[in-house]
Amino acid sequence: MPTKRTTLGALTLLAACAFPAVPSEAQEHKITVVSYGGAYTQSQREAFYKPFTAATGVRVQEEDAVEAWPQVKAQIEAGKVTWDVVNGETATILQGCETGLLEPFDWKLVDKSKLIPEAVTECGVGGIVQASVIAYDADKIKGDTPKTVADFWDLKKFPGKRGVRKTPITTLEFALMADGVPHDKIYQVLATKEGVDRAFRKLDEIKPSIVWWESSSSPPQLLADGEVAMTTSWNGRITQAKRADKKNFVIVWDGQNYDVDFWGVVKGAPNKEEAMKFIASATDPQKQAKQMDYVAYGPTAVAAMAILPADFAAELPSSPANLKQGIRNDAKFWAEHLEDLQARFQAWLSK
Amino acid sequence: MMNQVASLSRAGLSGAARLPRPLGARLGPALLVAPLLVFLLIGYVLPILGVLWRSIENSEIPTELPRTVEVLASWDGRDLPPEAAFAALRQDFAQAQTARTIGIVARRLNLVTIGYRTLILSTAMKVQAMRPPYKEAFAATDHRWNEASIWIALKRLGRPVAPDFLLAAVDLEEGETGIRRVDPDRAIYLDVLWRTVEISLSVCALCLVLGLPLAFLIASKARWTNVLMTFVLLPFWMSLLARTAAWVALLQSQGLVNKLLVELGVVAQPLALMFNRAGVLIAMTHILLPYMVLPLYASMRAVPVELVRAGLSLGAGPLTVLSRIYLPLIFPGITAGSMLVIILALGYYITPALVGGTQDQMLSYFVAFNASQVLNWGLASALAVLLLVALALLFALYRLLSHGARPEPA
Repeated sequence: MPTKRTTLGALTLLAACAFPAVPSEAQEHKITVVSYGGAYTQSQREAFYKPFTAATGVRVQEEDAVEAWPQVKAQIEAGKVTWDVVNGETATILQGCETGLLEPFDWKLVDKSKLIPEAVTECGVGGIVQASVIAYDADKIKGDTPKTVADFWDLKKFPGKRGVRKTPITTLEFALMADGVPHDKIYQVLATKEGVDRAFRKLDEIKPSIVWWESSSSPPQLLADGEVAMTTSWNGRITQAKRADKKNFVIVWDGQNYDVDFWGVVKGAPNKEEAMKFIASATDPQKQAKQMDYVAYGPTAVAAMAILPADFAAELPSSPANLKQGIRNDAKFWAEHLEDLQARFQAWLSK
Repeated sequence: MMNQVASLSRAGLSGAARLPRPLGARLGPALLVAPLLVFLLIGYVLPILGVLWRSIENSEIPTELPRTVEVLASWDGRDLPPEAAFAALRQDFAQAQTARTIGIVARRLNLVTIGYRTLILSTAMKVQAMRPPYKEAFAATDHRWNEASIWIALKRLGRPVAPDFLLAAVDLEEGETGIRRVDPDRAIYLDVLWRTVEISLSVCALCLVLGLPLAFLIASKARWTNVLMTFVLLPFWMSLLARTAAWVALLQSQGLVNKLLVELGVVAQPLALMFNRAGVLIAMTHILLPYMVLPLYASMRAVPVELVRAGLSLGAGPLTVLSRIYLPLIFPGITAGSMLVIILALGYYITPALVGGTQDQMLSYFVAFNASQVLNWGLASALAVLLLVALALLFALYRLLSHGARPEPA
């Protein structure tokens, strides 16, 4: 009876389509964590996701998104939030908190005094300290090496292209430093029309030599390929290239612009409580120190600094020697000026 | 070719009109295309309407500060608004503070004047403790509440529909005294629009120059034309991203083209073929060439050889035959091909983004940039509208050209 069998088969198939076998998944505990991908997500997986799942039985569903925030906004607007935890820089977290894209964090879960003060905000919990730095390849630049931000602008002494992140944040600060503005006056000057003009005039000097990058994995690649003589970069990517790929890259700590990167819970997250608990678990100093085996960013748990080996600590933005050479990114300044300076930056780029 | 199809369908329609047929017979064909029509409506018309709406909608302030907006509607915009406005704002601020939406108000107003963000956020934190008269209470927190500017901004932003983003898309803004051009340091989109048109026209011209002889060769049906046709069609079947990525591999400074040129001693230093206009034009021309060649080929195949021979035998020189007989006959192919290339080129995004420099980004790039990086969906929509208008104008021009060239069939 071939016909009957076929009908039966078709029916089974239909049923399988209509009722996909996921009842177990619906009941299963999990949280969705969105991060930046690559080596950075790997560091989080080893240091935080695996221990969290082992301790609580809650699975961590990983998602990578270079541009997470439009999706966060879209999920909330559509009333279908599927993400629980997101990562974001200070300015984004601040804005997300104020415009209702994030849940206020339940600080009862974490002892604030165990974290550096910069890591504590209403919605965001600091995960790492990272810095925008200038770096070069010591195999290619020998003898008289770059030591200051001004050297980045010196195309005669150090010929070759310059890699710069395609954003006004940190770029305008570097420009003013190169133009001789003292570190503690940068944001004061940048808040004036003359200051902004001055920064863009300084950028004009090297504009034809700039190779713009957007993905944070680009700078070490640009240096390794010899496409640029110097580049701005997130410090961790440079240190990682030194450690893992045995590159002879050097970080110029002068003018480092450091900032905290945060965890936050999406407004209306399906697993809000679990998500908060996960973030709390990620402030553990032991786990943070373990993360530094995979990426070289600074921990936000005060106790984690002491656990790190000395040669690791010297490569961090928060080491005392490096700290005094740089500035802290002024999130309040950028929250106020980003949209205006972004518009001007885009117009300048496009000319 | 498109014209033939158009006139055919017109003939069909008028034929149907002459012979009245039962309703069922008339509904039948309509039902057949109903799924397509529904699909077009949902997948095409509605999203476009959505984009149009987003480019003018201005619901943020009316939603967050409803009472203030209502009071300000009857304010004449001179001096300071009445006490009722201050009282309404106090209530709205308190509510927005509790609902955690005050940041939306702060962000929107900060776009008008930098510094309003802090003003709004710090004032909102203090409204709970305020006691009447609120005019004095507000002035005590910050002197800017005692000036007309912020109230004028609030009144203006209170409109449910506003042209702000459409104006911004053409480098204009609404100031306190009317519409004006934006600061030259921030003017960008008119340049970008012109650049987009310029690149599209250049690519079209390049495709025409390369495509005409190529299509002629293929249409001549020489022995190896099948191979040529395959070469034209091959890139057609590959993904756009793959083709663009291939051009990146070819054109970069350590790429295949430069290595070859340096090896052969043609140039001493690698040429800058990427991150500039040259790279964009090369890659886009290659990707869009089939869209030019195929309509040209079709129109050339349709040219009766007898007409060309007749012209020649009647004493016309080759140039006369070309300009008086051949080119007019393939004109529909030229316009159709050019139109296809220009329309597709206007919306290009991936190729300029990967191969172009910062001075070569087209309008679509800024739509994506505003939508995904700045989260300004209003401006992104307004730019999309700008692109749509440019396309519509071009299409109207095409209709005018193709109908002007040949009289409408009676």
